[in-house]
Amino acid sequence: MIKSELVQKLAEDNPHLFTRDIERIVATVFDEISTALANGDRVELRGFGAFSVKHREARIGRNPRTGEAVAIEEKWTPFFKAGKEMRERLNKPQNENVISIKSQG
Amino acid sequence: MSGKTLTRADLTEAVYRNVGLSRNESAELVETILETMAGKLETGETVKLSSFGTFSVREKNQRIGRNPKTGEEVPIKPRRVLTFRPSHVLKDQINDSMRANSGKAAD
Repeated sequence: MIKSELVQKLAEDNPHLFTRDIERIVATVFDEISTALANGDRVELRGFGAFSVKHREARIGRNPRTGEAVAIEEKWTPFFKAGKEMRERLNKPQNENVISIKSQG
Repeated sequence: MSGKTLTRADLTEAVYRNVGLSRNESAELVETILETMAGKLETGETVKLSSFGTFSVREKNQRIGRNPKTGEEVPIKPRRVLTFRPSHVLKDQINDSMRANSGKAAD
């Protein structure tokens, strides 16, 4: 599913709203999450998961091909951890068939 | 870094301010967005949000784990995990902002 399909699905479920409003709502939600992370804040959406920002110290890396040492700047990486309910939903018993078929194929 | 935590209530408030729906309806829409994504992920489908990132479900095979306290071997069943791959836009936004702020009052 891509963003436009998400918007389309929400528009179908909410016929009283204009599609452009739905687009705005979806954009607002993800902008809000992005902005919070850019401020170094956490975002916790119970049941779905939590976003946080991890700090990586500057380090001396190595070009694996040439073996040359390269300075790598410190950086910040967004990190997502699925919530308990989401993890359980992904591993519900009725999904077992899907897994076994896939892993055999 | 202010050390705050954003929750559903903050997302609802932002939708309420930006779109002009009632607070109740804003809250419902926020919930529906998350539920729609969760439902798709549950079926194993990937959810791609341009300029934000991609959520995908990965199948993990069974492996032998170890209880770190007792050293006992325990089989870890095959399972599905949800991963998030942030887009470059999001990574850049975070790095630009954190870099600009890291010179200022560190808390």
